[in-house]
Amino acid sequence: MSQETEKPLIEFRNITKVYGQGQAEMIALHGVDLKINRGEFVSVMGPSGSGKSTSMNILGCLDVPSSGSYMFQDIAVDKLSRDQRALLRRHYLGFVFQGFNLLSRTSALENVELPLIYRGMAKHERHIKAQKALEIVGLKGWEHHTPAELSGGQQQRVAIARAIVTEPTVLLADEPTGNLDSARSKEVMEMLCSFNRDLGITILMVTHEPDMAEYAKRIVHFVDGLVASDELTARGKL
Amino acid sequence: MIWNAFLLALREIRRNLLRSFLTVLGIVIGIAAVIIMVTIGNGVTLKVSKQIASLGSNLLMARSGGRGITGAKAFSFADVKAIKQEIRHLTAIAPVASKNSTAIFGNKNWGTTVNGVTNDYFVAGNWTMTQGRQFTDSELRAGTMSCIIGNTIWKELYEGQSIAGTKLRLQKLSCEVVGLLAGKGQSAQGRDQDDTILIPLRAMQRRITGTQDFNTFLVAVEEGRSTEKVQKQLERLLRERRHLSANEENDFFLVDTKQIAETLTGTTEMLTSLLGAVAGVSLLVGGIGIMNIMLVSVTERTREIGTRLAIGALESEVLLQFLVEAVVLSSLGGLIGIVLALVASVLIADSMDVPFILNINIIFIASLFSAGVGIVFGYFPARRAARLNPIEALRHE
Repeated sequence: MSQETEKPLIEFRNITKVYGQGQAEMIALHGVDLKINRGEFVSVMGPSGSGKSTSMNILGCLDVPSSGSYMFQDIAVDKLSRDQRALLRRHYLGFVFQGFNLLSRTSALENVELPLIYRGMAKHERHIKAQKALEIVGLKGWEHHTPAELSGGQQQRVAIARAIVTEPTVLLADEPTGNLDSARSKEVMEMLCSFNRDLGITILMVTHEPDMAEYAKRIVHFVDGLVASDELTARGKL
Repeated sequence: MIWNAFLLALREIRRNLLRSFLTVLGIVIGIAAVIIMVTIGNGVTLKVSKQIASLGSNLLMARSGGRGITGAKAFSFADVKAIKQEIRHLTAIAPVASKNSTAIFGNKNWGTTVNGVTNDYFVAGNWTMTQGRQFTDSELRAGTMSCIIGNTIWKELYEGQSIAGTKLRLQKLSCEVVGLLAGKGQSAQGRDQDDTILIPLRAMQRRITGTQDFNTFLVAVEEGRSTEKVQKQLERLLRERRHLSANEENDFFLVDTKQIAETLTGTTEMLTSLLGAVAGVSLLVGGIGIMNIMLVSVTERTREIGTRLAIGALESEVLLQFLVEAVVLSSLGGLIGIVLALVASVLIADSMDVPFILNINIIFIASLFSAGVGIVFGYFPARRAARLNPIEALRHE
């Protein structure tokens, strides 16, 4: 299969992460090896403190490993400066957080436009793109509502629109359904599946809920700072 | 990138209208308070010094009498003559005999002070005429009842009519009005200097007081000569002429208007500094207000900065945005503060009848301080947040 021989999109080689120093030292990752190919949909699971969030942060270029190497496409992320990592996030990554992290008192449209502003896109183009992204997540007509005027599910969809408006290579979702009821969760998950399937966006998702994890093609389990299991789901085997 | 930062900053300002408003308000109050207080203070100082200048410059006033002394001898023409002989560099010696009286013109009357003077009085007191003339020599010699009226009398009794060929009555005496003095306004002590009627000194002596002497005289010293020296000479001369022995106190007062001027100017300047200090406190309080608002919003801002960094903003972009925001708010506050202060100063100066004096330095200092506070407290918390790891910023509680 070509996928086996193709260079992975993301490659962790012996990644460690240590927090604190001396007595307070806490090892979050004990040397993780992980490969993710373009077009995958991976659920990351594990109990709290297992290192799954730390891995996600490093994957998302929000944090740097203490040792080991992280290759994103052909880029050695562990060697990049703070600003270079920011640019990497700007151009290749999209984030969906559990707490949504929308700007308050700011309309849905403006929230979605935000990453495009940092990309330096012209106003008109930005508007069209943001509107389209909101339409994709089913929020047509809600462009001018502020987060306070939207339900939790709607807020999360605005956050998703913000993440995909830049057409990122990778979408990182940190417990995207953590604050939603099961119906809304299902909607969000199906949306993520469609992005993966139709737009070819690689998705990495941290979740606690096995039901949600099953939407992915592959589930990686973390335990005590190491990958404990890595297997394909029913969908992934199709 | 700057345009982007500007755009983002403007969005931020619009989004946080209350916070922006309070920040601007803090700056406005601080700047306006300082500018108004100092401007008004300067105006009052100038007004006072103008009033002092209107008394006449280089002027000494002598008045008979002393602390706890009753029945002190009045001054005589012999004194004036002696002073003219003994003391040099004088431009005028003007004897003055005063009496309160009621002036009647037509069916109106007005209580005022009548001063018996010579033409030296105009020189010493810096008086100019808007209508008519000074006294003639024959009037002065004969003690004719002709009079020159002050501006207040003119306003009250004549209501702006011409004085030509008119007469008014002082008690029982009819008096031809020959001149009108130009108005001087209030004296530094708040007395209306224009509420006066001048008649020849001899007329005063012969027809009203019935004496040959006078209680007061003014001595004008040449411009550029020291009044202190003249004052000392005058004191020595008067003591000699009044036969005061070395251990006796003066039975007359000698006042240098310059001393009054210095005292009053000193007082008003002190008041200006005091007002400035009070205003400085409001500036400080305004600054603390800004500080407070900015620090309270740090948590929200920190998370927001985390979000911005996560979606790919550079630290420098975030910093620039917050700097622009702080600069825009501070400038806006400064601008409103200055405009408000100028308008208020003009109105207050007008209602207090003091001149409006603009002090550019104060505007500059006040703006600089407020802008400094706005920028420092808008920018530095943001800088701290922007330097955080985006994850920590996102988790900020």
